[in-house]
Amino acid sequence: MRFVLNGKRRDVDAAPLRRLLDVLREDCGLTGTKEGCGEGECGACTVLVDGAPVNSCLVPFAHVRGRTVTTIEGLRSRLPEALVREGGTQCGICTPGVLMAAAALGRRPSAARVREALAGNLCRCTGYAGIVRALAGARAVPRPRVRHAGPPVRDRRPSSRRSARRGEARPVEE
Amino acid sequence: MATPLARLALLQPRTLEEALRQLRDEGPLVPLAGGTDLYVGFHFGTVSGRRFLDLQGLETLRGIERRGDTLVIGALTTYTDLIRSPLVSRRLPILAEAARTVGSPQIQNRGTLGGNVANASPAGDTLPVLAVAEAIVVLRSAAGERRVPFGSFYTGYRRTVARPDELVVAVEVPRVEGRQWFRKVGTRAAQAISKVVMAAVRAPRPRIALGSVAPTVVRAPRTEALLAIGGPLAEAQAVLLDEIRPIDDLRSTAAYRRRVSANLLAQFWAETSRIPPAR
Repeated sequence: MRFVLNGKRRDVDAAPLRRLLDVLREDCGLTGTKEGCGEGECGACTVLVDGAPVNSCLVPFAHVRGRTVTTIEGLRSRLPEALVREGGTQCGICTPGVLMAAAALGRRPSAARVREALAGNLCRCTGYAGIVRALAGARAVPRPRVRHAGPPVRDRRPSSRRSARRGEARPVEE
Repeated sequence: MATPLARLALLQPRTLEEALRQLRDEGPLVPLAGGTDLYVGFHFGTVSGRRFLDLQGLETLRGIERRGDTLVIGALTTYTDLIRSPLVSRRLPILAEAARTVGSPQIQNRGTLGGNVANASPAGDTLPVLAVAEAIVVLRSAAGERRVPFGSFYTGYRRTVARPDELVVAVEVPRVEGRQWFRKVGTRAAQAISKVVMAAVRAPRPRIALGSVAPTVVRAPRTEALLAIGGPLAEAQAVLLDEIRPIDDLRSTAAYRRRVSANLLAQFWAETSRIPPAR
């Protein structure tokens, strides 16, 4: 069955009712998409189908025929760095799903919009504050004035690149 | 995954006519739309069907249009479609509001109105809205079409009047006069199945419907009648509690549901008593 995966045309032979999640992980070798609950509650398996976030554990493979699927492996975004910088990721299981759910947000979303977009993504580590800070951008949510311990995170980039649309996720175009 | 998905069969009709023929000739088939309920069932191994009918290819069943004074909503219209529809926001804003309380954005992008109706869960978030809107469920089979008033569509817990060879193809919503009101009470704002869900319309003859308080979504006709003649709220609350049959289950208790139902009635009445803003 043909579909576009992370910008490349693919032809994958898999049973039509198998979960998109399993076909991505087992048949396509893309294990960045995680299985959390398997029942659409946690959002860890979120991928984009035609640009819209869905739970890949609830999508039959047949439903992506001719469609465009974007997984964490195909995400071109500065958001991962922002998550690291703001303490928005710890164990990492929810992170791919969080990023894919956020990928559908427009430029410089408000904190309220981020929270709404991530309503279906559970994170048991961070308490969400760091995630919202990272995705909404420091402007929307001021960072508390505390010194962060831990390994240094390189976030100094040439200012021209840094200023270019920080906080915006752009899925790969095919 | 409790269900061996690779061993299940999927029929993929290209047209509604083909789908209806297959339902008649090759059944029993379980219709598959957005999959957000079915795949939860697969996960827990509670789906008994082994052959499925994929509705995804039937694009004509998706969309919202106005026909005269009636809003016609195709069965494959997703919750996201409802939320984004200017027609729904204008004509039946509580339907968009209910859609916003379903699961999460990921679920709203996949789940369909037809699925919510056909699944017949007493907790379906859009069902009290369709009940107070006095919607019509449009059923289609190879033999023809039936239009069933929402109030007589459900016959019991997860049971409807639809025959195995019939598909829910659309929901028709007549114009609703009066102020619309909706409230879902769950454990949290997202990803929660309701403990109690209520939709209502403030009009000379008020309309009230509740979910998760009986085997099916229910209207409260005696409560409505009492409020229509200016009966006191406290009395209406007592009548309402006589009209619902909540149970204890893993989400809540009967006692909590009764108390919240009475409180929701009071909240609806208070919030809709103000003079409506000028349009």
